[in-house]
Amino acid sequence: MADAILRLEGLRKAYGALKVTDDVTLDVRPGELHAIIGPNGAGKTTLIHQVSGLAASDSGRILFDSADVTRLTMAQRVHRGLARSFQITSILPGFSALENVALAVQARSGSSFRLFGDASRERGLNEEAMSYLAQVGLGHRAIIPSGQLSHGEKRGLELAIALATRPMLLLLDEPLAGTGHEESERVVETLRGLKGRYTIVLIEHDMNAVFSLADRVSVLVYGRVIATGRPDEVRANPEVRAAYLGEEAA
Amino acid sequence: MNEIATPSPAALDVPRAPALRRYGVPVLVFAAFALAPIAAAQGAEGYILSLLTRVMIFAIAAMSLDLILGYGALVSFGHAAFLGIGAYAVGILASHGIESALVQLLAALGASALFALVTGAISMRTKGVYFIMITLAFGQMLYFLATSLSAYGGDDGLTLPSRSLLFGANLLKGDHAFYYAVLGCLLGCYLLCRSVVASRFGRVLRGAKENAVRMQAIGFAPYRFQLGAYVLAGTLCGLAGFLLANQTEFVSPAYMTWQRSGELIVVVVLGGLASLHGAIIGAAAFLLLEEVLSGYTEHWKMIFGPLLVLVVLYARGGILGMMGGRHG
Amino acid sequence: MSTTLLIIQTLNGLQFGIILFLIAAGLTLVFGVMDFINLAHGVQYMVGAYLAAAFTAMTGNFGLGLLLALPTALAFGLVLEVLIFRHLYDRDHLDQVLATFGVILFLNQAVKFVWGAAPLFVPVPEILSGSIEIAPGLLYPVYRLAIIAAGLGVAALLYGLVNHTRAGMLVRAGATNAPMVSALGVDIRRLFMLVFGFGAMLAGFAGAMVAPILSVEPGMGDNLLILAFVVIVIGGIGSVRGAFIAALAVGLVDTLGRSFASNILRLFLDSGAASQTGRALAPMLIYILMAAILFFRPSGLFPVRR
Repeated sequence: MADAILRLEGLRKAYGALKVTDDVTLDVRPGELHAIIGPNGAGKTTLIHQVSGLAASDSGRILFDSADVTRLTMAQRVHRGLARSFQITSILPGFSALENVALAVQARSGSSFRLFGDASRERGLNEEAMSYLAQVGLGHRAIIPSGQLSHGEKRGLELAIALATRPMLLLLDEPLAGTGHEESERVVETLRGLKGRYTIVLIEHDMNAVFSLADRVSVLVYGRVIATGRPDEVRANPEVRAAYLGEEAA
Repeated sequence: MNEIATPSPAALDVPRAPALRRYGVPVLVFAAFALAPIAAAQGAEGYILSLLTRVMIFAIAAMSLDLILGYGALVSFGHAAFLGIGAYAVGILASHGIESALVQLLAALGASALFALVTGAISMRTKGVYFIMITLAFGQMLYFLATSLSAYGGDDGLTLPSRSLLFGANLLKGDHAFYYAVLGCLLGCYLLCRSVVASRFGRVLRGAKENAVRMQAIGFAPYRFQLGAYVLAGTLCGLAGFLLANQTEFVSPAYMTWQRSGELIVVVVLGGLASLHGAIIGAAAFLLLEEVLSGYTEHWKMIFGPLLVLVVLYARGGILGMMGGRHG
Repeated sequence: MSTTLLIIQTLNGLQFGIILFLIAAGLTLVFGVMDFINLAHGVQYMVGAYLAAAFTAMTGNFGLGLLLALPTALAFGLVLEVLIFRHLYDRDHLDQVLATFGVILFLNQAVKFVWGAAPLFVPVPEILSGSIEIAPGLLYPVYRLAIIAAGLGVAALLYGLVNHTRAGMLVRAGATNAPMVSALGVDIRRLFMLVFGFGAMLAGFAGAMVAPILSVEPGMGDNLLILAFVVIVIGGIGSVRGAFIAALAVGLVDTLGRSFASNILRLFLDSGAASQTGRALAPMLIYILMAAILFFRPSGLFPVRR
């Protein structure tokens, strides 16, 4: 399939003797929502770290938008349109929600080596940041220090920051992690709204969310992809049932 | 309009602390320094002016450190090196007969910036404790270099023929003239740092302090900004060194001992991290405390040491924190 | 550059390195296990020297003085730990730097207050005085050889303790992953105290050993502290083996550099310039070494934490 926007070829990462990802090969097509599921310790987060550039890969290649980005830093990959969110909320707690997002806008709009002028009053940055906050339903919480937001709101902010980098592809690492029932429904709705407008790689434990949102699903077990396909195909795959879904039922 | 109301553009402006809180303390501080010479004329004028001048010079050095320590969380333990560079730029040039303030100042700032760029580029590769140690090591390196410069006094230091000449005249000779020149420098530094901290650049620096990984994940390379701040801080401290040499008309390796670097950290934390004017208050508190305590006993450090321990253990936020005004 | 001088300076460098190791060993463990940056470690060395001087003067016997100084140095370290340091373990590095800096200010002044600003001199013990001929025509002071031997003995002992005892195993595990050790149900506070007291005693031992060959004076620990930091940063924080190798390297480079930098430069420069540059360069050598090592290996030669 030549039209993959993201292609992983034989990615490996080991910590000492522990192989966390092992020969991961995967295509993500433009516009799809591609979920990656797998039991705990399957290497999902490590894979996201490798793709986003937070962790270096031991071997293999990452092709994004038909360019090899394997050796680029995280920041360089962001500038090419590869954004991510974090499983464990990663925000700037002392900054307002608005400033968290405005910084992401600032990152791609002109030079940040400006020593004069109050950045927090730059209307251009703030207005654009506001629009992303509104997308995740946080418009009314913009000036709250982000450390004081509720957990669910922080998950939303995490998403708004990723959107503000104007990505082609979003890597979302368990956006529902730790959210309550109501909050998680809100995040799922937000994701549904993003689907189709962005290519999304979604790691999630919540199977209901995964099977209702995903166009395709890949199953990662012990660092290897054991199946990729439409949700119903994957659900029916005997190997997946044995290795993963069966285990959950037991 | 659907249920997510889009706020009006005016609401986008971040609310500010009341003007009094924001500007009150710094304005008071600078007003006090501006008026102090008048009050000093009633007493031991020369002594008071020289003490306050020293306070302001240390305030510049401490403020420059606050820029990287308070806003960048870069614990540099070699900041006194820049005091030394600035001072030796004056001393070395003066000993070759170059006494123009302009030339000396340019040399002081240039050499400081260069040293900061080179050592910063190496130091920033390391993190945490390693960063503290490597900045300390660079400071020591320079200290030992200064002690071995026998042509420029070595251990004993170097006495200047006079203060730097402005436009070929000895305009800085008088205590008052020099006092106000230093005050001008302090004010300039303060306004510059204020602006930098609030600017796009400063926002990235502050963001990297809170969460460097997050900054990378939105496309920033914190290294460049931290290095930039390090160079700026070093350069400003070089200015303090230039002034220090001029005040004392003497240059010595003692300006850049590691204890001096430690004192600068003490001053910044004592005043209140990440507030800029806190560095001024800290410098005043430190030097005045030293002056008062050493008036009582030559063993004043036996009082000051435990005091410092107590401040760290029990009084977080420094003097500004104790005054209750959160700032920023 | 005579061979005799080279041998003597190599031995001096070795002896200096051994002393550095004694100080750095405790520092690197405290650092590695507790993530605690203790600037006051250098004053432990100074206190050890003062205690040795005081007890030697009191008893008239250096051996006895040393014997009394060691437990006192240990007790002193433990008192500091209980009073101050243990409240700093979960603070950030900046707080640790500040508080221990305060301790330095106090102790440097306190010894001046108690014993005066003038240096104290401790005589070399009778049986270890004089020099012996280690090679034909090559005399070397017995006492310095004794320092080298004692230091190597302590290094071997430490190696055994760290690698072959349960406490040592915990210390190593703690340096790699402290939360895990604590999760295993080990009383981490007691372990910390043990490591801290032991480190303080080693530094005190180093101070006591050099008391007869250096002048015992206020602030004598400050420069050694910096050098010990250079050592543990080069060696890799938490690694005793790294500290040993780095300590010897720093001791040798510093001592030999100071003696021979000018001579070596004379190969490239004219005599006057060489001696000028050599004198300026020599004291900077170890810092250049450290910067170079950190440039290529930002976590030192033997990084412990992964």
